[in-house]
Amino acid sequence: MSDKVRVALYWCASCGGCEEAFVDLAEDLIKLAEKVEIVFWPVAIDMKKSDVEQLPDESIDVSFINGGIRLSEHEEMVKLLRRKSKVVVAFGSCAHLGGIPGLANLYSKDEILKYVYLEAPTVVNPEGTMPKEVVKVDGQELELPKVLRLVKALDQVIDVDYYIPGCAPPPDVVKKALDTLLSGKLPPKGSVLGASSRSLCDECDLNKTKPEKILLKDLKRVHQVKLDLSKCYLAQGVLCLGPVTRGGCGTLCIKGGMPCTGCFGPLDNVKDYGARALSYLASILDYDDEAQAEKVIEEYVADPAGWFYRYSLPKSLVRGRYQGSGGEAHG
Amino acid sequence: MSDVRIGVYVCHCGKNIGGVINPAKVAEFASRLPNVVVSRDYMYMCSSPGQALIEDDIKKYNLNRVIVAACSPRMHEPTFQAVLKRAGLNPWLLQMVNIREHVTWVHEDTPDKAEEKAEELIAAAVARAAHLYEITTEKAPVVKSALVIGGGIAGIRAALDLANAGIKVYLVEKKQSIGGKMAQLDKTFPTLDCSKCILTPLMVDVARHPNIEIYAYSEVVDVSGSAGDFKVKVKLKPTYVDWSKCTGCGLCVEKCPGRAPSEFNEGLGFRKAIYFEFAQAVPRKPVIDPRYCLWFTKGICRVCSKVCPVGAIDYEQKERYVELNVGAIVVAIGYEIYDMSKMVEYGYGKFKNVITGLQLERLSDADGPTKGKILRLSDGKEPKTVAIVLCAGSRDEKHVKYCCRFGCAAALKHVYYIKHSVPDSKVLIFYTDVRAFGKGFEEFYQKVRSWDDVYFIRGRPAEIFEDKDGSLVFDVYDSNTGQLINVKADLVVLESAVVPPKDWEPLRRLLKVSCDPGGFALELHPKLRPFETTADGIFLAGTIQGPKDIPDTVAHAAAAAAAAIGFLLKGYVESVPYLATVNEDLCSGCGLCASVCPYDAITIEEKEGRRVAKVNMIRCKGCGACAATCPSGAMQQNYFTDTQILSEVSTLAGGAK
Repeated sequence: MSDKVRVALYWCASCGGCEEAFVDLAEDLIKLAEKVEIVFWPVAIDMKKSDVEQLPDESIDVSFINGGIRLSEHEEMVKLLRRKSKVVVAFGSCAHLGGIPGLANLYSKDEILKYVYLEAPTVVNPEGTMPKEVVKVDGQELELPKVLRLVKALDQVIDVDYYIPGCAPPPDVVKKALDTLLSGKLPPKGSVLGASSRSLCDECDLNKTKPEKILLKDLKRVHQVKLDLSKCYLAQGVLCLGPVTRGGCGTLCIKGGMPCTGCFGPLDNVKDYGARALSYLASILDYDDEAQAEKVIEEYVADPAGWFYRYSLPKSLVRGRYQGSGGEAHG
Repeated sequence: MSDVRIGVYVCHCGKNIGGVINPAKVAEFASRLPNVVVSRDYMYMCSSPGQALIEDDIKKYNLNRVIVAACSPRMHEPTFQAVLKRAGLNPWLLQMVNIREHVTWVHEDTPDKAEEKAEELIAAAVARAAHLYEITTEKAPVVKSALVIGGGIAGIRAALDLANAGIKVYLVEKKQSIGGKMAQLDKTFPTLDCSKCILTPLMVDVARHPNIEIYAYSEVVDVSGSAGDFKVKVKLKPTYVDWSKCTGCGLCVEKCPGRAPSEFNEGLGFRKAIYFEFAQAVPRKPVIDPRYCLWFTKGICRVCSKVCPVGAIDYEQKERYVELNVGAIVVAIGYEIYDMSKMVEYGYGKFKNVITGLQLERLSDADGPTKGKILRLSDGKEPKTVAIVLCAGSRDEKHVKYCCRFGCAAALKHVYYIKHSVPDSKVLIFYTDVRAFGKGFEEFYQKVRSWDDVYFIRGRPAEIFEDKDGSLVFDVYDSNTGQLINVKADLVVLESAVVPPKDWEPLRRLLKVSCDPGGFALELHPKLRPFETTADGIFLAGTIQGPKDIPDTVAHAAAAAAAAIGFLLKGYVESVPYLATVNEDLCSGCGLCASVCPYDAITIEEKEGRRVAKVNMIRCKGCGACAATCPSGAMQQNYFTDTQILSEVSTLAGGAK
């Protein structure tokens, strides 16, 4: 066995962007290849679950797992990787906080399947065929993974050592995180790697353009206002989640003319990202008249969960819509 | 945290707690909680032996956290904090658990569950106590000067008391002269002494006092800073007269051909376009009203400028601003009478012979528009039948819910004016209740009742109609006799409701003083602290706190002044213990905390190339708005940190056992 660091990469409920984030390392990948040996990476290398099962426990140095936990298969695989790995890193917003797939927690499994297989405008399914967990094909019984009741973040299923934030994590963040991991000087367990310990405003060039007091009379969506790109977006009435979001991305979205939507998640001292975001927004809305405030909120923040919990609903205190007691509801 | 050593003390509070739950059992439960070194119960923890028990234990067991499970912290937190201090511990290492108001008083019927709740609350406090830390406060010097806003009798009394205590006073009055409503009154009840005769000497005292500076015809437009060190911006409205040159000879007023309705006479009669509020005005310096001055309206005249012997007239004068630095502010802006035209059924403003009580004062005053004769406004005839309507707009769901507190006594006085001016007149008083509660009021009431042709009728007039001759007719249901009375009166006097002045709301927002449902300034405590506000260093004098008669106003003003003197002479202000603190490492300088701080206590400052929030310890009042807003958890409030609160909450959520 070589003295290279043995690395596994795995994806769960993921869009593939996190895999792309590795590829985005570009030339650094070559340098990385000198230091690491990839033992498992289904997206790139043809390996099966049984290959992993055969590895001795804790024989993988680091497993990078991205995507939310949506299926029983994900649960099985991450538990297996946990057993085989010394260090597990939740890679990207979905593994870190539940991510965009986590918004599915606002619906029941049946509602989701019904919409996706029967009701969605692009679906043609005259026979009303629905997926089944067990099907017989040519006399053979085939089993599909179960859809879990709630999407979970990785650390809600297995013990996680570190997190790399972002949707997807930008190359600089990935590089910094890898440098830290490969340096051998490991930070305290639970640390978020490659990012800042302060909110995005700290590294935002527009922070210094903020007025002494930001009290908003009106809220605007990006398409409703011609943003002055040289001034704080929040001060222009556009909801930027920079103040409540961990920095480290280099304000990529803001530089691209879009406000921060919060993919790096909350800071260490914050328990519930969305609640914090709502609390800060409510604090700076400047209305004497409650009805007017309600009207603006209704018009502007038409989808509060999508705004404030876009990446973190499974890790919030509520975790999802209450779907009655029983099962694995909030377990 | 292995070095946390907690003592738990469960109070019986006699039967208050001990009669419902078993404190000994609760104390025994607490003794098994983590970090608890000693746990006891006692009959009265707040008594001297109870306090000594805690003090001895702190020394004996080397305790560094104390939990007292007893009554509300509003009651005895300071008592037990003093115990900690005496034992050499920081007072903020104390944690109270309210097992009386929150437990035994409300769950008397279910003692078992009450006991369980007490135990859970104590377990949560034990979890929280581990995260308590020492809190120190800071002191800042106080600027030994005061601003008094409003120059009525309340402002005058407060200013004089403050000035006599050696404090520099700035008295800001929006009108040309100080004196307020009391100057408009002919006489005062129940003694019937001349109002101006007792007021004007005080006005002169104010003008001559070396410690008082009057800013008349001025308004407070901005207030910043905090208790002990307020910065106040005062707007000096243009008077078009250079007061530094003016000698107050009054020649300009005498010669001015311009006429304007007289505010001082409540719209009855006229004043000049350049005017003094009234004859004894202080300061005796006139102002030009550009709305009526012929030079300003038509570009002609300039008589005042021609006759002024010292060349004080200055048509080009602009508004000016002064910045004052004061330690305390006394608000004494008084009241306004409710707009009687809103009571359409009484026809005020439509019928000439329906007037307000304050207008009657002006008619009765020798200096008033009728030289002290009470006459009808429609035809100048003496009214032979006068109806006085009490509670006009007051105690009325549709208008003002509260009582004006001086209408009844004023009405009695008004009976005297009418009978004195028109001895053969008949006076009908329509009342709801005659509230003659003040000193000498009842005697005055009995005296007035005994006069001939004075009738007290219990009922409120229905709609008032005007007769061809200007008389007024209306029906009243007399609830004493159960009869409907048809009344014809020559004059109707409305004892009108009282409301806060129109300019109070913007000023209130500047001062950050709360208001009551009627819009008046809210006192700190309705009984025990009626002249202080929730804003430190801001005191209330007179009717801005709520309607009052003159004796109560003066007493209130003197009390406000005494409180302000005490505050200023103490010499320092101390920061609140539960103030906001920034973790600069986590702070990103996003500035949202500064945006929501109601006390301007937070600034964003450049530090080592980064922007970070900085809290002014003296200005911070510990409201917690910034801590709730801070998106990164960098801003925490002493004694209410996220860790402290969450440890308490999660213990409660998880159950005590």
